[in-house]
Amino acid sequence: MKPLVSTAPLRPLKLPQKHEVTDTQVDIMEYAPYAIDIGKVLFLFSAVMGIAAILTWMERKQSAVMQDRIGANRADIFGFRILGLFHIIADSVKMFTKEDFVPAQGNHFLHTLAPMLSMFFALLTFAVVPFGGIYQFGDLNVSLQIFDLNVGLLFLFAMMSMGIYGFVLGGWASANNFALLGGIRASGQMISYEITMGATVIGTIMVYGTLSLQEMNLAQGELLWGWIPLWGVLLQPVGCILFIVASLAETKRVPFDVPEGESEIIGYFVEYSGMRFGMFFLTDFIETVLAAALTTTLFFGGWQIPYLYSEGFLFPWGWSLELSPIIVMLLQVGAFMSKISFFCFTFLLIRWTLPRFRWDQLMRLGWTIMLPISILNIVVTGLVILILDR
Amino acid sequence: MEELVFYLCAAVAIVAALTVIVQRSAVYSALALIACFCSVAILFFQLGAEFIAAIQVIVYAGAIMVLFLFVVMLIDPESDAFASNRLKKLTITAVPLAAILGLLLLWAVPAVGPNGSDSSHAATGGIEPLARSLFSDYLLPFEVTSILILVAVLGAMVLAKRTD
Amino acid sequence: MVSTTHFLVLGAILFTIGTVGVIIRRNVIIMFMCVELMLNAVNLTFLAFARHFNQIDAQIFVFFVMTVAAAEAAVGLALIVQLARRTNSVDIDQADTMKW
Repeated sequence: MKPLVSTAPLRPLKLPQKHEVTDTQVDIMEYAPYAIDIGKVLFLFSAVMGIAAILTWMERKQSAVMQDRIGANRADIFGFRILGLFHIIADSVKMFTKEDFVPAQGNHFLHTLAPMLSMFFALLTFAVVPFGGIYQFGDLNVSLQIFDLNVGLLFLFAMMSMGIYGFVLGGWASANNFALLGGIRASGQMISYEITMGATVIGTIMVYGTLSLQEMNLAQGELLWGWIPLWGVLLQPVGCILFIVASLAETKRVPFDVPEGESEIIGYFVEYSGMRFGMFFLTDFIETVLAAALTTTLFFGGWQIPYLYSEGFLFPWGWSLELSPIIVMLLQVGAFMSKISFFCFTFLLIRWTLPRFRWDQLMRLGWTIMLPISILNIVVTGLVILILDR
Repeated sequence: MEELVFYLCAAVAIVAALTVIVQRSAVYSALALIACFCSVAILFFQLGAEFIAAIQVIVYAGAIMVLFLFVVMLIDPESDAFASNRLKKLTITAVPLAAILGLLLLWAVPAVGPNGSDSSHAATGGIEPLARSLFSDYLLPFEVTSILILVAVLGAMVLAKRTD
Repeated sequence: MVSTTHFLVLGAILFTIGTVGVIIRRNVIIMFMCVELMLNAVNLTFLAFARHFNQIDAQIFVFFVMTVAAAEAAVGLALIVQLARRTNSVDIDQADTMKW
């Protein structure tokens, strides 16, 4: 840090003469970027964990509604039940206080490391997901993305492919052949569908000409013929469907839950209990949130609200509404969060509607149907871009 | 700050590399190698090669090492590599050899000349110059590698499925 | 900015460790890993020079090294699996006959 004495005489010259500038204010402005960074991380972390926690309750309640049952509603605090929302707290207390079992023949170190790894990489992926635009507050330039990486999309895939290790190691360290087979199924499935996902995303990259997710989101604020918001789903309809299917497969949930198979097939976390199991369990929900966030970011405009610009609304039919940057920011972050919630809801709907694929069906779907279509998608996208450029 | 990141990553890479060669369990070796690749990827990033850094994690740490782990886990090689008698002789030879090799490599380093002769790394960062160069000047090698990968995939399948 | 020499020295150290590993270990899988480590050290050196001379070609070379390494890993691991099936061990000294 620079000494205060030397900076103090220089500072007031730069700032407008609105009011008296004291040394403490100057200091606060210096620390502001760091504070904003920490705030962004804390906000996104708590938002993701919050949605993931609520999803554990949603999963049960939604299935109950779909199957005409009442569902989890017993946990109460002083007689208050609020639809069974307290089950989240009850569940976590249960997870933390249960016996933490490690198989005697297993590898203790890796058994502990595995759930941490899978959760760590799932959370790290969010670092490049933009949850809001770029805003101007006086001198401050705030971009609501934790880390704007040039190769953001590749970072995402890198973290996803690292996440596989958690499941493989968890299966291996349990010293249980069923768990090992489950871990191998998990990684086989994730690698297969990652290829489809990567090939699908190439179409999106070609359309936007960038790998940075924030730039992609900015590009989705454009309008087609002056009134249709140019979201990714319009430019890449086939890619959008493929991406949603592939990302569902990445979350390893019901239509694609061969690696886990909670009730019948034994999965990679049979030998886990207590909070270690809880971490694997929560990772699934974090990945669901991630799938929703990525679908939103790549294909449904991310934080964009149609016709909302940094100064306010400007409708194509001439109406306009001026808004302050703070309100624009809140609206756009809110839009992002509600889009994520919508997709999480849809994914749960799919989860409770479809039966499970068999392993060979899963592989056939990935390699002989989705991968060729996604490659065809690249070719067609390239041709269209070539024709439109002419 | 930049120096700190470099020294941290370099230390992790070296310790992990040493773990790879001294660790008895092949699973731990593989994990150490993954750690090494990841810290080297951070160094690639620091060198301005963002695309290569990402590819390093995706291809090396994410795909190749998963294959290694599979092989290690499935054929479970608990055969102790350190038990063989040749090892002592080998280690005795290896240490001076390694010292000589290391010294030779280090001796070559100052030949680079004054560092930072053209200081900044202006245009190397982005993915676009790389792509342009790859699909124009290096198009033929690029296509040849795709054939190489195809051949490798077929070869691996033929080899792995053979059961005579 | 960290100087090019730093990266070159690190590359040299990693390469040496890889070489030593290939010499002292008899486990084929670990020897193979050491080869990958050596390739990585070379890649690091390439990228250091790419920045030093401000040229993109070295990065492309690294790209090719990586694709070749991927192909090599696929074939090599298939060979190791075959070896393990036939000799029930991954000790390279067990594979001393040319023909079975």
